[in-house]
Amino acid sequence: MPKRLILAACLVALAAPAFAAGNMEPDRVSRWEDLTYLIFGDDARIAPTESLVTLAAPARAEDAALVPVTIATAEGAGVTGLSLVVDENPGPLAARLRFGPAGDPRELGLRVRVDGYTNLHAVATLADGSMVANAVFVKGSGGCSAPIGLSDVEAMADMGEMRMKFAAGGPEGSGRATLMVRHPNFNGMQMNQVSRLYTPARYVTEVEVSRGGELVFAMESDISLATNPVIDFLYRTGDARPFTVSVADSSGARWSQEFPAPESAVTN
Amino acid sequence: MIPARDILPTTRRGALLGAACLCCLPAAGWASTGVEEVAPGVFIRRGPDAEADRENLGGIANIGFVIGRDAVLVTDPGGSRADGAWLRGEIRALTDRPIRHVVISHVHPDHAFGAGAFLADEPEFVGHAALTPALAARGDFYRERLAEILGAEAVGPVVMPTREVGADGTVIDLGDRRLRLHAHPAAHTTCDLSMLDAEAGLLFPADLLFVGRVPSLDGSLTGWLGELDALEALGARQAVPGHGPALVEPGPAIAPLRRYLATLAEEVRAAIAAGQPIGAAARTAAAGERGNWTLFDDYNGRNVTQAYKELEWE
Repeated sequence: MPKRLILAACLVALAAPAFAAGNMEPDRVSRWEDLTYLIFGDDARIAPTESLVTLAAPARAEDAALVPVTIATAEGAGVTGLSLVVDENPGPLAARLRFGPAGDPRELGLRVRVDGYTNLHAVATLADGSMVANAVFVKGSGGCSAPIGLSDVEAMADMGEMRMKFAAGGPEGSGRATLMVRHPNFNGMQMNQVSRLYTPARYVTEVEVSRGGELVFAMESDISLATNPVIDFLYRTGDARPFTVSVADSSGARWSQEFPAPESAVTN
Repeated sequence: MIPARDILPTTRRGALLGAACLCCLPAAGWASTGVEEVAPGVFIRRGPDAEADRENLGGIANIGFVIGRDAVLVTDPGGSRADGAWLRGEIRALTDRPIRHVVISHVHPDHAFGAGAFLADEPEFVGHAALTPALAARGDFYRERLAEILGAEAVGPVVMPTREVGADGTVIDLGDRRLRLHAHPAAHTTCDLSMLDAEAGLLFPADLLFVGRVPSLDGSLTGWLGELDALEALGARQAVPGHGPALVEPGPAIAPLRRYLATLAEEVRAAIAAGQPIGAAARTAAAGERGNWTLFDDYNGRNVTQAYKELEWE
């Protein structure tokens, strides 16, 4: 049954003339075409989908410095990797994830910065190497909001501090977890008015979560992730071994920490 | 130079409406009331509870000036160069004394961009020590966004402070009146400056005090709750809020703000404890406060987001 559903979804996707979701203004469509080649290579062919990958984000960003994005992929779709692209940002590829045997790509939550009105694209890599994508359009905010938080500098103080939270109620066979990392994720665009120099960019480049040598996910990231990156993810239950998290940033700093598995990680 | 009133069409229309029907005054537009002398020598323009647009030219905050024996102090200068130019016109209609001090209470565009209208007066531009880095990080972004709404000419430049106020505060002496400036720790923003005329018992808390208009949180929720207590403890008889009526009694005006912020803290902590994601919490936390504030739906979700990212690390 799931296979037939997926097939049906693929046919619908192929029949669609272009990306059915997101904003379809010609400039935005050609921007995405350019990004496709820049990020995924000259030969990249990314088919649109509205069923294999879905993503949700507020239509009007409450806070341009922190836009929560949730990505869901269909069960049985054979997703091995996910990328999140903020089309109009200076560094559009916010994150690229690879899932391992202890991971589950059905749900993922990330927080990004948006510079203005933009499409967000979620691109899934399937087991056969093909790629599918879906998009949402986010209106950057006005008012007091800006892509740079006022307390980003303060985030330097406890850089590398981590938390892991576990929540009940994941889909069958999986548990929900949230990884929090203290890091300013400076994008290098803030000018020090006294020295007239730009604060050097310093951002998280790698996050890897594993259990007993089995990968949950490995993420490469860039300046479009919000300050203090927070990642909501799923992991396969039925394992009592602790989680190991390692984080690296663009200055070559590395942090790693172990978190014991919660009771529900074994029994669920 | 174009008289400021000529670039503010709402001024004349509002005045006409006001003349025709006094009962319509509160709804007729902010500019119809011009500035109001809330205390001897202290003039305030009440900003409307609205977002910046082409009509109001970014003039949405309470802004004004203090005329002293030797000089004039401006605070805040306004929401755009056009808004500041209008304010400067109001000053010059009342006095020829030099404009020596322009106090920018914090980084937000509706308070800061009016500074561009006072450059020719060569005043000192006074700000919190953290205002400079905040403007450096966000000034251009604000200017570009505001220019899309008002046009670049009306917005004017980002003006950096020339006198920074540190944790010890400072005093500005206008000859017959001493104003004490206090640089607050992170609260509404990370660069909030308040001003107190102790002799007159008059407090200028700027956006540390919102009355009627839903507050916007851009600094620290726990910090702001603490600073509200500190402001109330000053024992001022009257205050000029950053948004709301031009003059209020501090105690009763602070109470609803404290209740909103405390509710926000309580309900966001509960959402975090229950594992509710930040996006979902933005739609539910503090929703019971909707009926108490104007522009609630424009800011509450963002306030929840701000509160969540602060409190999830507790």
